[in-house]
Amino acid sequence: MNTKSLSSHSQQALNSEEKKMLEAAEVALAQAKKLGCSDADISVNRVSGTDYTVRNGETETIERNQEKGLDIRVYIGHQIGNASTSDLSDTAIQDTVKAAHSIAKVTEGDPCLSLADPKLYAIEFQDLQLHHPQAWSAEEMAKHSLDLATQCEAAALQFDSKISNSEGASFSAYEGNSLMANSNGFIGFSRGTRYGLSCSVITGERDDMQRDYWYDSVRDLPDLMAADALGEKAARRALRRLGATKMATTKAPILFDATVAPSLLGHLNAAINGNAVYKKASFLAEKIGEQVFASHLDVQQTPHLLKAMGSALYDSEGVQTKDRSYINKGVLESYILSTYSACKLGLETTGNAGGVRNLQLTSSNTLSREALLKEMGSGLLVTEMMGFGINIVTGDYSRGAAGFWVENGEIQYPVHEITLSGHLADMFKNIVAVGDDVDTRGNTRTGSVLLEEMTIGGS
Amino acid sequence: MQESNSLVTKLLLNDGELNPQKLDNVLGQMMGAQIDFADLYFQHAIFESWSLDENKVKSGSFEIEQGVGVRAISGEKTGFAYSDEINNAALLDAALSARSIAQLGQNSQQPTPFKKTATKPLYVDSNPIEGLQDADKVLLLQTVNQAARDADPRVKEVTVSLSGGREVVLVAASDGTYQSDIRPLIRLNVSVIVEQNGRRETGATGGGGRFSYDYFYQENRAQGYAAEAVRQAIVNLESVAAPAGEMTVVLGAGWPGILLHEAIGHGLEGDFNRKGTSAFSNRIGERVASDHCTIVDDGTLVDRRGSLSIDDEGTPTENTVLIENGILKNYMQDKLNARLMGMSPTGNGRRESYRHLPMPRMTNTYMHNGTHNPQEIIESVDKGIYAVNFGGGQVDITSGKFVFSASEAYLIDKGKIGAPIKGATLIGNGPDVLTRVSMVGDDMQLDTGVGVCGKEGQSVPVGVGQPSMRIDGLTVGGDSA
Repeated sequence: MNTKSLSSHSQQALNSEEKKMLEAAEVALAQAKKLGCSDADISVNRVSGTDYTVRNGETETIERNQEKGLDIRVYIGHQIGNASTSDLSDTAIQDTVKAAHSIAKVTEGDPCLSLADPKLYAIEFQDLQLHHPQAWSAEEMAKHSLDLATQCEAAALQFDSKISNSEGASFSAYEGNSLMANSNGFIGFSRGTRYGLSCSVITGERDDMQRDYWYDSVRDLPDLMAADALGEKAARRALRRLGATKMATTKAPILFDATVAPSLLGHLNAAINGNAVYKKASFLAEKIGEQVFASHLDVQQTPHLLKAMGSALYDSEGVQTKDRSYINKGVLESYILSTYSACKLGLETTGNAGGVRNLQLTSSNTLSREALLKEMGSGLLVTEMMGFGINIVTGDYSRGAAGFWVENGEIQYPVHEITLSGHLADMFKNIVAVGDDVDTRGNTRTGSVLLEEMTIGGS
Repeated sequence: MQESNSLVTKLLLNDGELNPQKLDNVLGQMMGAQIDFADLYFQHAIFESWSLDENKVKSGSFEIEQGVGVRAISGEKTGFAYSDEINNAALLDAALSARSIAQLGQNSQQPTPFKKTATKPLYVDSNPIEGLQDADKVLLLQTVNQAARDADPRVKEVTVSLSGGREVVLVAASDGTYQSDIRPLIRLNVSVIVEQNGRRETGATGGGGRFSYDYFYQENRAQGYAAEAVRQAIVNLESVAAPAGEMTVVLGAGWPGILLHEAIGHGLEGDFNRKGTSAFSNRIGERVASDHCTIVDDGTLVDRRGSLSIDDEGTPTENTVLIENGILKNYMQDKLNARLMGMSPTGNGRRESYRHLPMPRMTNTYMHNGTHNPQEIIESVDKGIYAVNFGGGQVDITSGKFVFSASEAYLIDKGKIGAPIKGATLIGNGPDVLTRVSMVGDDMQLDTGVGVCGKEGQSVPVGVGQPSMRIDGLTVGGDSA
């Protein structure tokens, strides 16, 4: 994000909204001080944008969004209270700080609850190229949105006569500003934009109706996938599912498609998060230094990737974000920590308050998609997952799935209404190879992931 | 109701800067040649939460949110804008923006004069947050923590959270709707980790509804949640691998009603059926369940989490029969989809907040009693599983495939409940699963009041319920093939 510290930039660099945000933060800090709080931590956010949806060639909805809010955490020693408000008038902010203060008075405290160490705060504010606003009027925005969404849906509907219905296509454009400030003197501003295009279509009818979609999400509009290509991709994805059947219960190799494989990284993220680890509410608690993945795998974050969705210069406590390795050659090297969870474990924060930033799985055994299918031979290519059957405490894994049965490296037919089950500890160790087809749209990134074997529940 | 009117004026009409006449003017300005309908949704919401872990209430939070959402509808087109400031200028600005969905033209229609419809109060109109001192909220969490730790020495960690809030809403619409509502909502959740011989397992439960916090002190409810969470965790310490594949499944009463929410509930929401994207589209009058099954969506139950006096479009809620003796009778409708389908609204138009558009959503969805004793149902099964507690679920509306994940389940062998099994996801096909219901119990229960339903990024509180039932064939996602 285009981040500016007050020490290195003049006030003129702030736009009028950011000046208001800074004033709001100052009102909150002053009130916290007046009430006798020992410390305070404030964030102010503004987001505005539009969502434009077209269905069957006609405008369906136009939504104009504009949100703002202030969140404050106050400290009375090591006792904390939190409060938030969408009303940024001085009176409302003062009342909000009062509410946080009266909560802090009755909470029971913990020596680990404190602001982050000032030595760790971000001090360099380079441009991560996250902010690319369009200078469009409301009318121009409506016209561009309508054109993109219409073109996208039309490409999907015209792709094949078997595309029978549409859930519509949407274009969205958002711009946001955020300010973080605390009583130790940290101030950070960030700005970002996001453009999204999505399309969802249906094929078949009654007892064999299938829906699928595609989307893209970028910081800068010219980087967005072409509307007609996106629509065609949505159509192809729906068409290939037509005629899906159940399959018999079996054990088989599993290839998680790059669109669903990031969920595996999501489970790792949850399992090595300090808040789960200090409560021993994770199957990976106390496993530092142990082999928890196959030895060809690394997991790292790269928070300063230009234009990426997950990029940021500092975490939600102002701590500078850094490239960091969590899994090195399959060995658990670091947990994902904030100041609080690090203190609970006797460690230093990893600058991950508020989460990971561009977490990526990489492998020394990286293969093309075709090579992965060949390597699998016969097995299940999983393209959709459903449900929440993951227990991070035990590592037990059981989810609904749909995809394609593969034989001799060739896709044979679509399957659905099946389950996949196993144990995350085994699944991580049984990863055979990773694809070069990395899905870069989100904050957790990986290519397709090939697993040695899992149980498939079917008929 | 005098109290409610003064609260609406103070919180939602900016202490009287706005009034019904001014709202009527705004609606009048929106009603152009091509606008069929317009509405204003004012909301003021306060919310708090408290949490305990490691024997300490470490954190609490308070939130306040207010604003007005403005919607204009022209045929199937909807324009929407909102403001988090409530005053005449902000309202007019949002109205102009929402109205841009249609070509500006000469105003030809006038809004229907406002008319309030009397509704039956379904819950108290008090503010839970002010009804209990903060220090007593801390004590309540500590009581639950202590009850869980006292219940069994194997309890290693206890997490407790308490939340409560109150929403005040006012809906004014061009069809003459002018309705307000005051909605309290509270919830208490407990989760525990137990350990035995190095094995760690969890149990979690909770409850709540549209009450003041007094509810948790009555009938030892708070301590009851603690005991129940510990019981579930201890059961899981003995759990063995779940079987994989299609088998007979007996579901317990109450929360397993999440089956109905996922398998048929979402598929019967009006928007998907108007668009023809639901596996249940054009099936009214058809058999979609065995004749043991009668299922309703009922927003009129007193004090329930999913209940509402009026929905978020000002329509009084109803008890809507969805499936009667196995035959599909009705969809759940909001105003837009009801009008486009030539049906009546059913009081199911709901939204997460003023920042979101309303759409058809469930309230409390449950199945009526059958005739079987629950014990008789279990005894009828030679081999299968008995599932009594669940985590979340999900559905693909179009293919009809749905999942829900058991968190407490047992093997059934020759009519007897056997070993507990590890958590497993169950997957089925919505239009088909209820045709396999061969026995329905006489033990209907509603859930304890913790359900949250997500749709298109919007969360709303809901309820579910059912009697015990036997399903002859559902795929169980265990890992012992």
